[in-house]
Amino acid sequence: MHELSLSSAVVNTAVKHAGGRRVEVVNLRIGKLRQVVPDTLEFYFAFVAGDTVCEGAKLNYEIIDARLRCNPCAKEWGIEIPAFRCPHCGGSDVEVASGNEFEVESLEVGPPEEALQGRPAGDLEAPADDPEIEEAECIAPR
Amino acid sequence: MHRTKVKVVEEALDANNTIAQANRADFDRADVKVINFMSAPGAGKTTLLERVVADLPGVRVGVLEGDVQGSMDADRLASLHVPVTQLNTDPSFGGECHLDANMVRSAVPELPLDDIDLLIIENVGNLVCPAEFKVGEDMRVMVTSVTEGEEKPLKYPLMFRACELVLINKIDLLPHIDFDVERLLYNIDQVHPDVETILVSARTGEGIDSWREWLLRLAAREGAVAAG
Repeated sequence: MHELSLSSAVVNTAVKHAGGRRVEVVNLRIGKLRQVVPDTLEFYFAFVAGDTVCEGAKLNYEIIDARLRCNPCAKEWGIEIPAFRCPHCGGSDVEVASGNEFEVESLEVGPPEEALQGRPAGDLEAPADDPEIEEAECIAPR
Repeated sequence: MHRTKVKVVEEALDANNTIAQANRADFDRADVKVINFMSAPGAGKTTLLERVVADLPGVRVGVLEGDVQGSMDADRLASLHVPVTQLNTDPSFGGECHLDANMVRSAVPELPLDDIDLLIIENVGNLVCPAEFKVGEDMRVMVTSVTEGEEKPLKYPLMFRACELVLINKIDLLPHIDFDVERLLYNIDQVHPDVETILVSARTGEGIDSWREWLLRLAAREGAVAAG
Protein backbone atom coordinates (compact mmCIF):
# COMPACT_ATOMS: atom_id res chain seq x y z
CA MET A 1 0.00 0.00 0.00
CA HIS A 2 3.03 2.29 0.12
CA GLU A 3 2.75 2.48 -3.68
CA LEU A 4 0.55 5.58 -3.44
CA SER A 5 3.23 7.53 -1.57
CA LEU A 6 5.95 6.10 -3.78
CA SER A 7 4.11 7.09 -6.95
CA SER A 8 3.80 10.65 -5.61
CA ALA A 9 7.55 10.66 -5.05
CA VAL A 10 8.09 9.48 -8.63
CA VAL A 11 5.83 12.20 -10.06
CA ASN A 12 7.52 14.90 -7.97
CA THR A 13 10.97 13.76 -9.07
CA ALA A 14 9.89 13.62 -12.72
CA VAL A 15 8.24 17.06 -12.60
CA LYS A 16 11.40 18.52 -11.06
CA HIS A 17 13.57 17.20 -13.91
CA ALA A 18 11.11 17.73 -16.77
CA GLY A 19 11.68 21.48 -16.86
CA GLY A 20 8.11 22.14 -17.90
CA ARG A 21 8.20 19.68 -20.80
CA ARG A 22 5.55 17.03 -21.16
CA VAL A 23 6.75 13.70 -19.80
CA GLU A 24 5.98 10.80 -22.13
CA VAL A 25 7.85 8.01 -20.34
CA VAL A 26 9.30 7.59 -16.85
CA ASN A 27 11.96 4.89 -16.53
CA LEU A 28 12.33 3.49 -13.01
CA ARG A 29 14.77 1.12 -11.36
CA ILE A 30 13.13 -0.83 -8.56
CA GLY A 31 15.09 -3.07 -6.23
CA LYS A 32 13.37 -6.27 -5.13
CA LEU A 33 13.96 -5.41 -1.48
CA ARG A 34 11.67 -2.38 -1.74
CA GLN A 35 8.59 -4.60 -1.76
CA VAL A 36 6.97 -2.58 -4.53
CA VAL A 37 4.05 -4.09 -6.46
CA PRO A 38 4.56 -2.70 -9.99
CA ASP A 39 0.90 -3.01 -11.07
CA THR A 40 -0.21 -1.11 -8.01
CA LEU A 41 2.47 1.51 -8.57
CA GLU A 42 1.31 2.00 -12.17
CA PHE A 43 -2.29 2.31 -11.05
CA TYR A 44 -1.50 5.02 -8.51
CA PHE A 45 0.97 6.72 -10.83
CA ALA A 46 -1.74 7.25 -13.45
CA PHE A 47 -3.89 8.78 -10.74
CA VAL A 48 -1.24 10.99 -9.11
CA ALA A 49 0.19 12.15 -12.47
CA GLY A 50 -3.11 13.81 -13.39
CA ASP A 51 -2.88 17.60 -13.80
CA THR A 52 0.93 17.49 -13.96
CA VAL A 53 3.32 17.32 -16.93
CA CYS A 54 3.36 13.55 -16.26
CA GLU A 55 -0.32 13.13 -17.06
CA GLY A 56 -0.75 10.11 -19.32
CA ALA A 57 2.96 9.20 -19.13
CA LYS A 58 4.00 5.59 -19.41
CA LEU A 59 5.80 4.04 -16.47
CA ASN A 60 8.58 1.63 -17.39
CA TYR A 61 10.51 -0.21 -14.75
CA GLU A 62 13.52 -2.44 -14.46
CA ILE A 63 13.49 -4.82 -11.48
CA ILE A 64 16.87 -5.10 -9.78
CA ASP A 65 17.73 -8.38 -8.10
CA ALA A 66 18.73 -8.41 -4.46
CA ARG A 67 22.42 -9.13 -3.94
CA LEU A 68 24.36 -9.11 -0.69
CA ARG A 69 28.05 -8.78 0.05
CA CYS A 70 29.84 -10.11 3.14
CA ASN A 71 32.66 -7.76 4.09
CA PRO A 72 34.91 -10.28 5.94
CA CYS A 73 34.40 -13.01 3.27
CA ALA A 74 34.49 -10.56 0.34
CA LYS A 75 31.82 -12.77 -1.27
CA GLU A 76 28.69 -11.66 -3.07
CA TRP A 77 25.48 -13.64 -3.61
CA GLY A 78 21.86 -13.19 -4.65
CA ILE A 79 18.88 -13.77 -2.37
CA GLU A 80 15.29 -14.72 -3.10
CA ILE A 81 14.15 -14.76 0.53
CA PRO A 82 14.95 -12.18 3.21
CA ALA A 83 17.91 -13.96 4.81
CA PHE A 84 20.66 -11.45 5.50
CA ARG A 85 23.29 -13.51 7.31
CA CYS A 86 26.31 -14.61 5.32
CA PRO A 87 25.80 -18.25 4.27
CA HIS A 88 29.60 -18.75 4.26
CA CYS A 89 30.68 -17.43 7.67
CA GLY A 90 27.30 -16.90 9.38
CA GLY A 91 28.33 -13.32 10.11
CA SER A 92 26.22 -10.17 10.12
CA ASP A 93 28.70 -7.76 8.53
CA VAL A 94 26.73 -7.96 5.33
CA GLU A 95 25.71 -5.12 3.07
CA VAL A 96 23.14 -4.83 0.35
CA ALA A 97 25.02 -4.64 -2.97
CA SER A 98 21.84 -4.16 -4.97
CA GLY A 99 18.10 -4.44 -4.52
CA ASN A 100 17.43 -1.31 -2.46
CA GLU A 101 16.95 0.96 -5.47
CA PHE A 102 13.87 3.05 -5.98
CA GLU A 103 15.20 5.39 -8.56
CA VAL A 104 13.98 7.52 -11.43
CA GLU A 105 16.59 6.50 -14.01
CA SER A 106 15.47 8.75 -16.86
CA LEU A 107 12.58 10.54 -18.50
CA GLU A 108 11.52 10.77 -22.10
CA VAL A 109 10.08 14.22 -22.63
CA GLY A 110 8.38 16.11 -25.43
CA PRO A 111 9.38 19.58 -26.65
CA PRO A 112 9.43 22.55 -24.28
CA GLU A 113 6.05 23.82 -23.27
CA GLU A 114 6.52 27.05 -25.28
CA ALA A 115 6.61 24.97 -28.47
CA LEU A 116 3.34 23.36 -27.48
CA GLN A 117 1.62 26.63 -26.81
CA GLY A 118 -0.41 27.92 -29.70
CA ARG A 119 -1.10 24.44 -30.95
CA PRO A 120 -4.59 23.07 -30.64
CA ALA A 121 -5.00 21.26 -27.36
CA GLY A 122 -5.68 18.01 -29.19
CA ASP A 123 -2.10 18.01 -30.44
CA LEU A 124 -0.72 17.75 -26.92
CA GLU A 125 -1.75 14.15 -26.59
CA ALA A 126 -0.04 12.28 -29.39
CA PRO A 127 -1.42 8.77 -29.80
CA ALA A 128 0.87 6.03 -28.55
CA ASP A 129 1.14 4.47 -31.99
CA ASP A 130 2.26 7.71 -33.61
CA PRO A 131 5.03 6.54 -36.00
CA GLU A 132 7.11 9.63 -35.27
CA ILE A 133 7.21 8.69 -31.60
CA GLU A 134 7.95 5.09 -32.51
CA GLU A 135 11.12 6.18 -34.28
CA ALA A 136 12.27 8.17 -31.30
CA GLU A 137 15.46 9.06 -33.11
CA CYS A 138 16.64 11.67 -30.69
CA ILE A 139 16.57 9.39 -27.69
CA ALA A 140 20.14 9.18 -26.48
CA PRO A 141 21.52 5.66 -26.26
CA ARG A 142 22.01 4.29 -22.75
CA MET B 1 6.93 15.42 -32.28
CA HIS B 2 10.20 14.02 -30.98
CA ARG B 3 11.08 12.84 -27.56
CA THR B 4 14.23 13.73 -25.70
CA LYS B 5 15.72 11.45 -23.11
CA VAL B 6 16.61 13.12 -19.82
CA LYS B 7 19.00 11.23 -17.59
CA VAL B 8 17.88 11.58 -13.97
CA VAL B 9 19.25 8.77 -11.75
CA GLU B 10 17.74 10.06 -8.54
CA GLU B 11 16.33 8.13 -5.62
CA ALA B 12 12.65 9.03 -5.78
CA LEU B 13 12.53 9.59 -2.02
CA ASP B 14 15.45 12.06 -2.05
CA ALA B 15 13.05 14.94 -1.49
CA ASN B 16 11.76 13.29 1.67
CA ASN B 17 15.28 12.54 2.85
CA THR B 18 16.33 16.17 2.35
CA ILE B 19 13.44 17.40 4.50
CA ALA B 20 14.26 14.71 7.07
CA GLN B 21 17.79 16.11 7.26
CA ALA B 22 16.37 19.59 7.89
CA ASN B 23 14.25 18.20 10.74
CA ARG B 24 17.27 16.40 12.05
CA ALA B 25 19.32 19.60 12.03
CA ASP B 26 16.63 21.37 14.07
CA PHE B 27 16.54 18.50 16.59
CA ASP B 28 20.34 18.41 16.84
CA ARG B 29 20.49 22.16 17.40
CA ALA B 30 18.08 21.81 20.31
CA ASP B 31 20.07 18.78 21.55
CA VAL B 32 16.99 16.57 21.39
CA LYS B 33 17.29 12.86 20.61
CA VAL B 34 14.50 11.55 18.41
CA ILE B 35 12.91 8.13 18.08
CA ASN B 36 10.64 7.05 15.24
CA PHE B 37 8.35 4.54 16.95
CA MET B 38 6.57 2.13 14.61
CA SER B 39 4.45 -1.03 14.60
CA ALA B 40 1.33 -2.64 13.18
CA PRO B 41 -1.96 -1.27 14.55
CA GLY B 42 -2.66 -2.60 18.02
CA ALA B 43 0.83 -3.90 18.84
CA GLY B 44 0.93 -1.72 21.94
CA LYS B 45 2.96 1.37 21.04
CA THR B 46 0.95 3.82 23.13
CA THR B 47 0.79 1.51 26.16
CA LEU B 48 4.55 0.93 25.97
CA LEU B 49 5.03 4.69 25.99
CA GLU B 50 2.60 5.16 28.88
CA ARG B 51 4.75 2.74 30.83
CA VAL B 52 7.93 4.78 30.54
CA VAL B 53 7.51 8.42 29.48
CA ALA B 54 6.76 9.78 32.93
CA ASP B 55 9.45 7.69 34.59
CA LEU B 56 12.77 8.53 32.91
CA PRO B 57 14.85 10.24 35.63
CA GLY B 58 16.60 13.34 34.33
CA VAL B 59 15.15 13.00 30.83
CA ARG B 60 12.36 15.31 29.73
CA VAL B 61 10.25 13.52 27.14
CA GLY B 62 7.93 14.91 24.49
CA VAL B 63 5.70 12.91 22.19
CA LEU B 64 4.62 13.66 18.65
CA GLU B 65 1.56 11.53 18.09
CA GLY B 66 0.78 10.57 14.52
CA ASP B 67 -2.67 9.23 13.81
CA VAL B 68 -4.91 9.10 10.80
CA GLN B 69 -7.79 10.32 12.94
CA GLY B 70 -8.58 11.59 16.42
CA SER B 71 -6.52 12.28 19.52
CA MET B 72 -7.28 9.23 21.69
CA ASP B 73 -3.63 8.22 22.00
CA ALA B 74 -2.46 11.79 22.53
CA ASP B 75 -5.02 12.25 25.32
CA ARG B 76 -3.81 9.09 27.07
CA LEU B 77 -0.22 10.32 27.04
CA ALA B 78 -1.09 13.92 27.94
CA SER B 79 -2.78 12.63 31.10
CA LEU B 80 0.73 11.62 32.24
CA HIS B 81 1.76 15.30 32.12
CA VAL B 82 4.06 14.83 29.16
CA PRO B 83 3.95 17.39 26.36
CA VAL B 84 2.12 15.78 23.46
CA THR B 85 1.73 17.26 20.00
CA GLN B 86 -0.94 15.73 17.81
CA LEU B 87 -0.36 15.27 14.11
CA ASN B 88 -3.32 13.94 12.17
CA THR B 89 -2.43 12.75 8.70
CA ASP B 90 -5.81 13.66 7.33
CA PRO B 91 -8.39 16.27 8.29
CA SER B 92 -11.26 14.20 6.86
CA PHE B 93 -11.37 10.47 6.09
CA GLY B 94 -8.80 8.15 4.57
CA GLY B 95 -5.58 9.95 5.48
CA GLU B 96 -1.99 8.98 4.93
CA CYS B 97 -0.92 5.65 6.38
CA HIS B 98 2.42 6.93 7.66
CA LEU B 99 4.24 10.07 8.72
CA ASP B 100 6.70 11.55 6.26
CA ALA B 101 9.40 14.16 6.79
CA ASN B 102 7.21 16.98 5.51
CA MET B 103 4.37 16.22 7.93
CA VAL B 104 6.84 16.19 10.82
CA ARG B 105 8.37 19.42 9.45
CA SER B 106 4.96 21.09 9.71
CA ALA B 107 4.79 20.11 13.38
CA VAL B 108 8.31 21.26 14.31
CA PRO B 109 7.26 24.85 15.23
CA GLU B 110 4.74 23.43 17.69
CA LEU B 111 7.20 21.13 19.42
CA PRO B 112 8.60 22.29 22.77
CA LEU B 113 12.17 21.48 21.69
CA ASP B 114 13.78 23.74 24.29
CA ASP B 115 11.99 21.93 27.10
CA ILE B 116 12.65 18.31 26.18
CA ASP B 117 15.64 15.98 25.79
CA LEU B 118 13.93 13.12 24.01
CA LEU B 119 11.21 13.27 21.37
CA ILE B 120 9.29 10.11 20.60
CA ILE B 121 7.43 10.23 17.31
CA GLU B 122 4.66 7.65 17.44
CA ASN B 123 4.05 6.76 13.83
CA VAL B 124 0.78 5.60 12.29
CA GLY B 125 0.18 1.89 12.93
CA ASN B 126 1.38 0.15 9.77
CA LEU B 127 4.19 -2.32 9.02
CA VAL B 128 4.85 -1.18 5.46
CA CYS B 129 4.89 2.52 4.63
CA PRO B 130 6.51 4.06 7.75
CA ALA B 131 9.65 2.01 7.04
CA GLU B 132 10.16 3.94 3.78
CA PHE B 133 10.04 7.45 5.15
CA LYS B 134 12.69 8.91 7.39
CA VAL B 135 11.39 11.81 9.43
CA GLY B 136 14.62 13.10 11.00
CA GLU B 137 15.04 10.52 13.76
CA ASP B 138 18.19 9.27 15.51
CA MET B 139 16.80 5.80 16.06
CA ARG B 140 13.95 3.70 14.78
CA VAL B 141 12.20 1.38 17.20
CA MET B 142 9.49 -1.06 16.25
CA VAL B 143 7.06 -3.13 18.28
CA THR B 144 5.90 -6.57 17.25
CA SER B 145 3.56 -8.54 19.47
CA VAL B 146 3.28 -12.25 20.06
CA THR B 147 -0.28 -12.26 18.71
CA GLU B 148 1.01 -11.25 15.28
CA GLY B 149 2.75 -14.51 14.31
CA GLU B 150 6.35 -15.67 14.07
CA GLU B 151 6.66 -15.08 10.32
CA LYS B 152 6.12 -11.31 10.38
CA PRO B 153 9.84 -10.48 9.90
CA LEU B 154 9.86 -12.54 6.70
CA LYS B 155 6.71 -10.81 5.44
CA TYR B 156 7.75 -7.28 6.36
CA PRO B 157 11.56 -7.30 6.04
CA LEU B 158 11.66 -3.62 5.12
CA MET B 159 10.31 -2.66 8.55
CA PHE B 160 12.35 -5.17 10.53
CA ARG B 161 15.49 -4.05 8.73
CA ALA B 162 14.76 -0.35 9.18
CA CYS B 163 14.86 -0.37 12.98
CA GLU B 164 17.62 -0.43 15.58
CA LEU B 165 15.49 -2.02 18.31
CA VAL B 166 12.62 -4.53 18.20
CA LEU B 167 10.32 -4.68 21.21
CA ILE B 168 8.43 -7.99 21.40
CA ASN B 169 5.27 -7.14 23.32
CA LYS B 170 2.41 -9.03 25.01
CA ILE B 171 4.64 -11.83 26.32
CA ASP B 172 2.19 -12.25 29.22
CA LEU B 173 -0.06 -13.98 26.66
CA LEU B 174 2.49 -16.68 25.82
CA PRO B 175 0.98 -19.35 28.14
CA HIS B 176 -2.36 -18.96 26.34
CA ILE B 177 -1.35 -19.01 22.68
CA ASP B 178 0.60 -21.20 20.27
CA PHE B 179 3.53 -18.92 19.68
CA ASP B 180 7.17 -19.90 19.34
CA VAL B 181 9.30 -17.00 20.61
CA GLU B 182 12.53 -18.72 19.55
CA ARG B 183 11.19 -18.99 16.01
CA LEU B 184 10.34 -15.27 15.98
CA LEU B 185 13.81 -14.40 17.30
CA TYR B 186 15.39 -16.63 14.64
CA ASN B 187 13.35 -14.96 11.89
CA ILE B 188 14.23 -11.49 13.17
CA ASP B 189 17.90 -12.49 13.17
CA GLN B 190 17.63 -13.81 9.59
CA VAL B 191 16.15 -10.54 8.35
CA HIS B 192 18.21 -8.18 10.52
CA PRO B 193 21.20 -10.01 12.01
CA ASP B 194 22.24 -8.80 15.47
CA VAL B 195 19.45 -6.22 15.83
CA GLU B 196 18.69 -5.57 19.48
CA THR B 197 15.48 -7.15 20.85
CA ILE B 198 13.67 -6.81 24.18
CA LEU B 199 10.84 -9.06 25.36
CA VAL B 200 8.20 -6.99 27.17
CA SER B 201 4.70 -7.02 28.51
CA ALA B 202 3.16 -3.58 28.70
CA ARG B 203 0.41 -5.18 30.79
CA THR B 204 2.45 -6.84 33.55
CA GLY B 205 5.50 -4.61 33.31
CA GLU B 206 7.88 -7.48 32.54
CA GLY B 207 10.86 -6.23 30.53
CA ILE B 208 9.81 -2.59 30.90
CA ASP B 209 12.96 -1.83 32.91
CA SER B 210 15.10 -2.89 29.95
CA TRP B 211 13.06 -0.68 27.62
CA ARG B 212 13.43 2.24 30.03
CA GLU B 213 17.19 1.68 30.30
CA TRP B 214 17.52 1.58 26.53
CA LEU B 215 15.81 5.00 26.34
CA LEU B 216 18.01 6.41 29.13
CA ARG B 217 21.14 5.20 27.34
CA LEU B 218 20.01 6.86 24.09
CA ALA B 219 19.17 10.13 25.85
CA ALA B 220 22.59 10.11 27.57
CA ARG B 221 24.55 9.76 24.34
CA GLU B 222 26.58 12.83 23.44
CA GLY B 223 25.96 14.58 20.16
CA ALA B 224 24.11 13.27 17.15
CA VAL B 225 23.39 9.56 16.81
CA ALA B 226 23.39 8.33 13.24
CA ALA B 227 20.39 6.23 12.24
CA GLY B 228 21.28 3.56 9.70
